[in-house]
Amino acid sequence: MLPLKIALRFMRSSRAQTILVVIGISIGVSVQVFVGTLIGSLQQSLIERTIGNSPHVTVTSSLDDPVIMDSDTILAVVEDVDGLTARSVSADSPAFINEDGRTSSVLVRGWDLEAADQIYGILDNVRAGSAPSDDEVLVGIGLAEEQGIGPGDSVNLSVANGTRYAFTVAGVFDLGVSSIDDGWVITTLGSAQRMFSLGEGVTSVEFKVQDVFAADAVALEMSTLLESYPVQVDNWKDQNEQLLSGLQGQTISSLMIQVFVLAAVVIAIASVLAIKVVQKSKQIGILKAMGLTDGASSRVFLYEGLLLGLVGSVFGVVLGVSLLISFVTFATNPDGSPLIDLYLDYPFVIGSGVIAVLAAALAAVIPARKSSKLSPIEVIRNA
Amino acid sequence: MPEVVELRKVGKVYVNGPVSTPVLFDVDLSFDEGSFNSIIGASGSGKSTLLNIMGTLDRPTSGEVYVTGRRTDVMRKDEIASLRNRTIGFIFQFHYLLPEFTARENVLMPHWIGGEREVQAASAKADELLDVVGLAKVKDNLSSRMSGGQQQRTAIARALMNDPKVVLADEPTGNLDSDNTESLYKMFRNINERFGTTFVVITHDRRIAEKTDRIVGIKDGRISMDVRV
Ligand SMILES: Nc1ncnc2c1ncn2[C@@H]1O[C@H](COP(=O)(O)OP(=O)(O)OP(=O)(O)O)[C@@H](O)[C@H]1O
Ligand SMILES: [Mg+2]
Repeated sequence: MLPLKIALRFMRSSRAQTILVVIGISIGVSVQVFVGTLIGSLQQSLIERTIGNSPHVTVTSSLDDPVIMDSDTILAVVEDVDGLTARSVSADSPAFINEDGRTSSVLVRGWDLEAADQIYGILDNVRAGSAPSDDEVLVGIGLAEEQGIGPGDSVNLSVANGTRYAFTVAGVFDLGVSSIDDGWVITTLGSAQRMFSLGEGVTSVEFKVQDVFAADAVALEMSTLLESYPVQVDNWKDQNEQLLSGLQGQTISSLMIQVFVLAAVVIAIASVLAIKVVQKSKQIGILKAMGLTDGASSRVFLYEGLLLGLVGSVFGVVLGVSLLISFVTFATNPDGSPLIDLYLDYPFVIGSGVIAVLAAALAAVIPARKSSKLSPIEVIRNA
Repeated sequence: MPEVVELRKVGKVYVNGPVSTPVLFDVDLSFDEGSFNSIIGASGSGKSTLLNIMGTLDRPTSGEVYVTGRRTDVMRKDEIASLRNRTIGFIFQFHYLLPEFTARENVLMPHWIGGEREVQAASAKADELLDVVGLAKVKDNLSSRMSGGQQQRTAIARALMNDPKVVLADEPTGNLDSDNTESLYKMFRNINERFGTTFVVITHDRRIAEKTDRIVGIKDGRISMDVRV
């Protein structure tokens, strides 16, 4: 207890110095929290945008014929794979829309809408009309604008051999991804199977997984289980290597910033405490003459480092979070929505604080050793 | 009478790189419990060195040091620290109070260092000591906000806090005027008689030395005189 008491008195007696160091640590920690959270949020929203509304793992035919006849068996085989959160089958094929002489090539996707919605979140993004029943379609908003069609209109879809099928537009969706909004026509599984003469067949089996970064492991497990079937298993990570290496670069630079900030904090505390040991050597000497042990006198400075780190971290976290809040409040799109969605990663924020406290304690080790080695006789002799 | 401090054949050589300075030569010296002693000698004769070795602040180069019958020159540092805390009170020429603490807290410091038990008794004791040295009114001042004489009296109260067996004082009045010097010695005497505390006081002032029970003279690192009154 006494070392703590002495540490507090030392800090109080040189108040300006104490406040400056605390401010320094606070700024360091707040930069860590701010930069780390910002970059983390950017990454998260990038990933969200990339794979939020798409399958993470996809099983397709490995033969020339893209049709998978035994999708039920495949679903049964991978039933017990860990971490699957959604599964759906899809019957896809290209087609053409030709209205008023304007031809668009589209991808017709036949879904069990309820299951597919778990993956694509399509039902929440229907902007006009409603979900399609048999012989009805949901068209992307870009396509709808290009073709000048909307709910209630009828459209003709022609397949490769020239056969035309008439559908009614049930609704228009907007997923915010132009390649999809411009090119997809969604209908029921049954309609697509009939249109493309697939029978009971599908062209892909799609999955969503709990931990998106484990998608490759899940895919690997599946392909082992499905070894004897003529299928291949793909996952989003293989298809987005560039995005992933970009993210990794960001993560590394974010980490670098944090490491350097931490190093600056450690050096600041260590140098202030080193000066302090010299400033207080008279006091330490006389305390030792009165019987304070070397261990206790080193603890004075360990506590001081710990306290500086603790107070600085608390202020730093508060400051960092306030900065983030003002950032989302003031950095907005023209429509008033925040520029980026913030994902406050509490373990990260608290971790930053805790690491700074530990670093502060570490920074105090050398001054503490100095204090421990100080001999009272030196102090008393050199009055 | 038992001996509080005993030096046997104590020698001290200061070594600074290639230069070695012998300062004490085979000093045999002991002080009885409850006695009131002074050490005199020319500047540079080795008085402070001797006192610091007696107080376990410094180690002898040769010989043995006993405090309350226990040999200290071979003890571990923590053991010595604890022994010092419980049995020895120091008063230096410069008071060495901690400016970050009040007079009262400075007086309590040896008690706190020894581990904080009997908080109330200690608190009462600190007040009593501050009363004895005449500082009852300023005891809650920061020690840096007191006069030189008040600071030195605080240091005396501090030296007495843990009921030491012996108080070692190195020119405690060196910085004080003659009135203050006079009253400090009266106080030492008073405490010596009241609590039976042993005093060993280094002084330049012959008049002061002559008021003590025993005068030890040091010359060039050897005992040149030892007079008991
Ligand atoms: N650290 C040291 N290194 C080398 N020599 C030292 C050291 N400390 C003291 N001395 C020498 O030891 C001798 C005795 O010093 P000491 O301080 O014991 O004398 P003193 O009798 O207390 O003198 P004063 O009356 O001036 O205080 C002196 O000659 C001094 O120069
Ligand atoms: Mg001296």
